[in-house]
Amino acid sequence: MTLQFLADGLIAGATIGLGAVGVTLTYSILRFANFAHGEFISLGCYLTLLVAGAIGAAAVSSVDAIGSLSFGWNVIAAALAAMSLTGLAAWGLDAVLFRPLRNRGASITAVIASFGASLALRAAIEVLFSGRQVSLSQDLQIAMPIGAGVRVTADQIALIGVAAVAVGVTHLGLTRTRLGRSMRAVSENPTLARVVGVDVAGVIRLTWIIGGALACAAGVMLGLVVQIRPSMGAELLLSLFAAAILGGIGSVPGALLGGLIVGLAEALGVQWIGAEWRAAMAFLVLIAVLLVRPRGLFGRTA
Amino acid sequence: MSPHFMGYVAYGGLFLALALISGVACLGLNLQWGQTGVFNVGVAGFVGLGAYTSALVTTLPVAGRLGGWGWPVAAGWLAAMGVAAAACALVGAASLRLRADYLAITTFGVAVTVLLIARNTQWLTGGPLGISFIPRPFEVLAPHPASFALATLGLVGAVVAAVFVALQRLVQSPWGRVLRAIREDERAACALGKNAARYRLQAFAIGGALMGLAGAMQAHVIGFIAPDNFEASLTFQIWTMLIIGGSGNNVGALVGAVLVSAIWSVTGLATGMWFAPEDQARAAALRIVAIGVLLAATIVLRPRGLCGERLAVSRHVGRAG
Repeated sequence: MTLQFLADGLIAGATIGLGAVGVTLTYSILRFANFAHGEFISLGCYLTLLVAGAIGAAAVSSVDAIGSLSFGWNVIAAALAAMSLTGLAAWGLDAVLFRPLRNRGASITAVIASFGASLALRAAIEVLFSGRQVSLSQDLQIAMPIGAGVRVTADQIALIGVAAVAVGVTHLGLTRTRLGRSMRAVSENPTLARVVGVDVAGVIRLTWIIGGALACAAGVMLGLVVQIRPSMGAELLLSLFAAAILGGIGSVPGALLGGLIVGLAEALGVQWIGAEWRAAMAFLVLIAVLLVRPRGLFGRTA
Repeated sequence: MSPHFMGYVAYGGLFLALALISGVACLGLNLQWGQTGVFNVGVAGFVGLGAYTSALVTTLPVAGRLGGWGWPVAAGWLAAMGVAAAACALVGAASLRLRADYLAITTFGVAVTVLLIARNTQWLTGGPLGISFIPRPFEVLAPHPASFALATLGLVGAVVAAVFVALQRLVQSPWGRVLRAIREDERAACALGKNAARYRLQAFAIGGALMGLAGAMQAHVIGFIAPDNFEASLTFQIWTMLIIGGSGNNVGALVGAVLVSAIWSVTGLATGMWFAPEDQARAAALRIVAIGVLLAATIVLRPRGLCGERLAVSRHVGRAG
């Protein structure tokens, strides 16, 4: 047994955590499990790819990779642009699909609508970007030994830092700002929040934009560390749900911690049983949480 | 009879048989979601469980694979129903008492896991290549495609009719009334002394058994199964059938099944003709986009589907709505 799974698990877990924040926010504020969230991850990654390519083509001189990282500043700029685009896309999906259902009070059908949207979006991404082998990084990276037989790449270290900062900022925003307080108020009791003058539509818009932007960040991480393909987000969906429920629905730090635990469990499973069983480990974690502590680590009792 | 005409009969008969088989899964989903409001996003997983169970017990022995006991087909179908129902009962016991969406997430997990097992356990499921030589009930007629198709359609039609009648009786019985009461207002149903969790679990398991039966029937009509048959897009198709046909109505479930199967076949033929072979993968994705948009549009624009539910308190008293 080597400790490599710790490094692999933490990196995968940070990605899962970033995605799970969006799932947990949508679930607690809009009250439904969004099965299309995985597609925000894929969409974000492909948008980053598009913008990075455009910047690379428009730049006067060629874009070099930064330091020992495998990508250049164009990827960072593109990721920031794609985060806003993905956030807007998520909000747009809400406007055409979920808002009409909400207005009718059919919130439970939103789940199946999101399931349909997920397949349609994935298929659309496949139609638009199909088949081409694509990559965000410019060169192969050599993993450096950091002791105890564990090896990591410079990318991986940078990305863990970015994920921690992104989740930290989101958590501070939710707990320390007026908008964040409004979001928590809507999640506690939407009717009461509306009565005391909280801008519920604004809160919902913000929820989608934050969720979409963080999903895009997760997509960029996944694209840099693993592989870019249209099903990349969908394959992560079960892990996202497991992480969000394990962390406790509505808790942002919980989603990150849940993501790290699910990531570590999956890495252990990969090391012990085999890489093909990764998703089954997320399922085991999910069942264990539902049986033992259904409200999750930081969740409130229903 | 011209051979041309017999070709159409063979195609049409098998098409209708397969459409009605999806109808069985759709009827199962209607019992779970339409009647009880229980959310299953893992339909493909339960259909797959049924298909693999029946295939394993009815085929002849194959070296290096479990099963192959040569059971009669009917026994295989019953086993498929039993295994799928048991899986539903297990999953339901873990998550039905929690929030409604948790069941959706758990059933999604079941579907993912079933697919993983189908792909990766060579000794049990034949791995990516699947299982072939699954006995077909009218194998002797196979040299005459039209007779084979019509005989198969007759058998499938008889099973579907039996399932339909049984379900109609069930939903009109006091038991079915409790299900709808739970769906509409769980607290009121509990106040009347009904154990909501137990009724939900029963409806969920019976619906699962029907999905298992659908999987088994499909396996024995085609004679071959592979993991790709049980991808998430199958779940999505069955849901589309129910929503378009009309959730809560057994006739709607069957109408939706035939209609969506027809749309699926026609778009398949169309993409086959219009797109070059190298674009076929993209064309297949385009079909899913089309069905997805159709589903979303139905949910938003015509939420009750083609044949909406006819609200009735009981068949013994006047219609309520």
